Amino acid sequence: MNSFDIIGPVMVGPSSSHTAGAVKIGNISQKLLGTSVRKADIFFHGSFLATGKGHGTDRALVAGLLGFPVDDSRIPDSFRYAEEADMDFHLSGIDLGDVHPNSVKLLLSGDEGKKIEIVAASVGGGAIRVTEIDGLPANFSGDYPTLVVNNLDQPGHVTEITSMLSHKSINIATMQLYRSSKGGHAVIVLECDQEVPADAIRWLAHLEGILKVTYLGLAKTAKNS
Amino acid sequence: MYQSFQEIIEIEKKTGKSFWEIIRDNDCQEMEITPEEAFLRMRNMYEAMREADTSYDPSLSSASGLVGGDGAKLEEARKKGSLLCGSFLGLVMEKAVKMGESNACMRRIVAAPTAGSCGVLPAVFLSLEEEKGYAVEEMTKALYVSAGIGGIIAQRASVSGAAGGCQAEIGAASAMAAGSVAYLLGGGGEAIAHAAALAMKNLLGLACDPVAGLVEVPCVKRNVIGAVNALTSADMAASGIRSRIPPDEVFDAMRNVGRMLPEDLRETGKGGLAATPTGIAFRENLKSF
Repeated sequence: MNSFDIIGPVMVGPSSSHTAGAVKIGNISQKLLGTSVRKADIFFHGSFLATGKGHGTDRALVAGLLGFPVDDSRIPDSFRYAEEADMDFHLSGIDLGDVHPNSVKLLLSGDEGKKIEIVAASVGGGAIRVTEIDGLPANFSGDYPTLVVNNLDQPGHVTEITSMLSHKSINIATMQLYRSSKGGHAVIVLECDQEVPADAIRWLAHLEGILKVTYLGLAKTAKNS
Repeated sequence: MYQSFQEIIEIEKKTGKSFWEIIRDNDCQEMEITPEEAFLRMRNMYEAMREADTSYDPSLSSASGLVGGDGAKLEEARKKGSLLCGSFLGLVMEKAVKMGESNACMRRIVAAPTAGSCGVLPAVFLSLEEEKGYAVEEMTKALYVSAGIGGIIAQRASVSGAAGGCQAEIGAASAMAAGSVAYLLGGGGEAIAHAAALAMKNLLGLACDPVAGLVEVPCVKRNVIGAVNALTSADMAASGIRSRIPPDEVFDAMRNVGRMLPEDLRETGKGGLAATPTGIAFRENLKSF
């Protein structure tokens, strides 16, 4: 912790969890999609649904999908900017069950037929967690470069990924494995200390048994494979 | 960040460094930046507060319609000279309300320590600068004092309404501002610690009971009591008055009180003012998606 965790951030109000956190969920979701957002179906759950309108959670989330930072004065007018950017969005409520009260589900489509389904939560003070990607669980903050690999549940994929990272001198901060069922779909989530280069992501995506590779880069220009 | 006032006061005695320097140096170490960079970053925070204050727009109202325009009413009364509290405290009140309203109306603010309590520090700091002629450099140092106090509170207790009630938001901001003013009045670590403790003691147990769960009622106007309480506490500390309960123990008490607060009074919008018939009616009138 440092002084700027106490004095700051500079943000558009009114709430770090319901406004700034929602912007951040939008930012990270757009980066995970990897292109500009063309269509967004946004489903608010719990406290986001109950108090989101009053906190500007809807406008904050759309602003985040447009790539606006948390202190961007355009956040209150994000619906207008979405129209200008040709981004189609639809807002509604949902009951996601036993999840964090500040949760939202996003169905996003971008260019080149890209699609992603994300569930994320704003967990306080502007911090967030991505809790589900494409129907499988995940648990990461978006504070690290993050690699999400969907693959068939078969031997060898973890080794392929970790040897590639080792080859590129990338240190793994955290690693999670989930699967829908034995031999079904699996997802591997890796938070890394260094950025994963685009060629390495492309290489992974073409391996047998790898269904989809999604990458969250922290550099402003970072793009998906 | 340091976990106790005692620790900082000991370093102050040992090294001869000022409270704010101790906090800044700790940032430099943690963030791997130079003292100049650290100081500039904090000055930018102060300038962002000023920008938020001067860009207040009295014509705005919040999404719920519950908040807006009250800062302009105080400004008018102050300029007419009709405020009992006089021109200085009048200015403090006005700036506190304006910043709280700007936050509720989705303007850009500095969370310090939180968005709901964002009016306390700027109201105190900007008014002192305007009325008493402190240099921006001094105000930046004072803001470092605030950060150090906030760090102690965050680690010993909490700076989140959901965890510790409003004492952890308006209360924390008030304690931070009180210590900063004690510094500006010439106090060292001991006076700073006692000013912060005196301020917190007045707000221990404050419920976080926002109507309809929004950062509007009573949050906006509570920024006024946070700011004014900081000034009176700093004046007491600068006069030599000390908290009979040592400052670090006061913030331990704050943590314990926060834990005892029922969930309905911790930012859930279920208890207190939110549970009044009028509060419930406001909630029911709110549009959903």
